[in-house]
Amino acid sequence: MKKTFFSGPRYRLAKSRLFFYAVCAFSFVSLIPLFLILGELVQKGYKQFNIDLFTRVAPSSMEAMLARISDDPLPGGILNGLTGTLLILTIAILLAIPSGIATGIYLAEKQDKPLARFVRSLSDLLQGIPSIVIGVIVYIWVVKPMSGYSALAGSVALAIMMLPMVIRSTEESLKMLPLSLKEAGLSLGGSYSRVMMRILLPSAFSGLFTGSLLAVSRVMGETAPLLVTALGASTVNWDLSHPVSAVSLLIWEFYNDPNLAGLIWSSSLLLLLLVLGINLFAKSIAQKWKIQ
Amino acid sequence: MENSINTDYILELKEVSVAYSPGKNAVDKVSAGICPHTVTAIMGPSGCGKSTLLRAINRLHELYQDITTTGEILLKGQNVFKMNPMKVRRLAGMVFQRPNPFPTMSIYGNVLAGYKLNNIRLSRSEKDAIVEQSLRSVNLWEEVKDSLNQKGTFLSGGQQQRLCIARTLALKPELLLMDEPTSALDPISTARIEELILELKEQYTTIIVTHNMSQAARISDNSMFMYLGELVEFGTTKQMFTKPVNKRTEDYLTGAFG
Ligand SMILES: Nc1ncnc2c1ncn2[C@@H]1O[C@H](COP(=O)(O)OP(=O)(O)OP(=O)(O)O)[C@@H](O)[C@H]1O
Ligand SMILES: [Mg+2]
Repeated sequence: MKKTFFSGPRYRLAKSRLFFYAVCAFSFVSLIPLFLILGELVQKGYKQFNIDLFTRVAPSSMEAMLARISDDPLPGGILNGLTGTLLILTIAILLAIPSGIATGIYLAEKQDKPLARFVRSLSDLLQGIPSIVIGVIVYIWVVKPMSGYSALAGSVALAIMMLPMVIRSTEESLKMLPLSLKEAGLSLGGSYSRVMMRILLPSAFSGLFTGSLLAVSRVMGETAPLLVTALGASTVNWDLSHPVSAVSLLIWEFYNDPNLAGLIWSSSLLLLLLVLGINLFAKSIAQKWKIQ
Repeated sequence: MENSINTDYILELKEVSVAYSPGKNAVDKVSAGICPHTVTAIMGPSGCGKSTLLRAINRLHELYQDITTTGEILLKGQNVFKMNPMKVRRLAGMVFQRPNPFPTMSIYGNVLAGYKLNNIRLSRSEKDAIVEQSLRSVNLWEEVKDSLNQKGTFLSGGQQQRLCIARTLALKPELLLMDEPTSALDPISTARIEELILELKEQYTTIIVTHNMSQAARISDNSMFMYLGELVEFGTTKQMFTKPVNKRTEDYLTGAFG
């Protein structure tokens, strides 16, 4: 065959370079929405993004109206939302992580058992259930029997949403481990549970931790299920059996009240930064552990 | 010229059969006695059941579901199938084909992993003593004594394998089971591990699966030749390499198949 430019190595090199540039260009394009959103939020929210945002509870409609009339910046912040989000998420993590890890261990160990397959498909289905439906179910399961909205109900709803992600990441990261680790542990006389707790789970830790963090960041901004479970509150509340606010709930309230609309941007910006921060942190951990 | 009858066997196999699925014996009625302070090589073509037999001895084969085992394996006179499997595995330590140090543990932690897994508490000085002694017995101490807190996975393949042997020796087992421990290593590391096996003979009894016939000739006192799950020949290595009794053994050793 005659050697032409199109069959030579230079052509192939150019082609692969072109492909590389195209990939870069497209990934840049897909980043544009993120930057537009960030830009918009920063531009509109930076004025309210101050210490008050973190230290004061959301203002009442009346306070906000008075401030608006006298052309002052809106008083108050989203302290009640931040503490509520923290409370709901903490309890959700405590509920979802142990049971999710246990289920993940089961699925990784009994991969082909019919029950395991069944549980795995249930978990996948759970992931597909719309969050508002989960909220309504938790309303029936928790809010009704406790005869009142509560932080606990919100935590249950978010825990259910986190479960499939925790299960999956546990199962996947355990399955990635070579069988030889388990064999080595058992051949040293370890019981199954000790080999799991001291060898396998620690070895799978980075995957597990990353997966759980991503699950947290995923449910952090959920609003619909909290509306029908945690309801919202105008004060800081640490009592699990009482209604509690959340950052996402406050954003919804600000949206519904023209007097408070000025706070939407700063609180959205904060929520976005929190979610992005957790995501980046999770990714950097996965990266760091992978190298080892 | 079989091994003379010896009542002091440390390990005795009596008609041991193992089947992964019913009716298909991966190990078929194997009987043999192993004397203390000897090195026994198990040879045979791929898939003849060497690993399965070795794993039956410390009951690691029970990891697979649906596996059935018949016959008896006596470790110091006790039937391992009637003992607590965790105890059996502590008495019969195993070294694998690929070095497998625990990735989350330091060199120090790896050596002590067996104690941790058995929930045996040790004082700091006991720990230090065990780590030093175990690493010395595998000739690794001088190489790693200044980096005991580093991850075991940073060592070279040969060093990792010696670390794994140290981890097994730390528990003072009666028996060392090695499944092709050098097949993933370079010649120099292999030579060091062979030396080590010979040194360890004073204290331990070793059974080693190997595909490398010259390795078997170099380090073993006795040899087993397996074929399709059966123990075809068992005798002193010298005899097996000079005057094999069975035609199949001879064919295998002369490279006619395998
Ligand atoms: N997990 C398993 N499930 C079903 N059958 C198995 C399993 N492991 C091994 N076998 C079968 O058992 C027989 C013996 O396997 P074994 O691994 O003991 O052979 P081996 O002599 O160690 O071979 P090699 O030299 O290749 O390591 C083979 O026929 C193999 O197909
Ligand atoms: Mg094998």
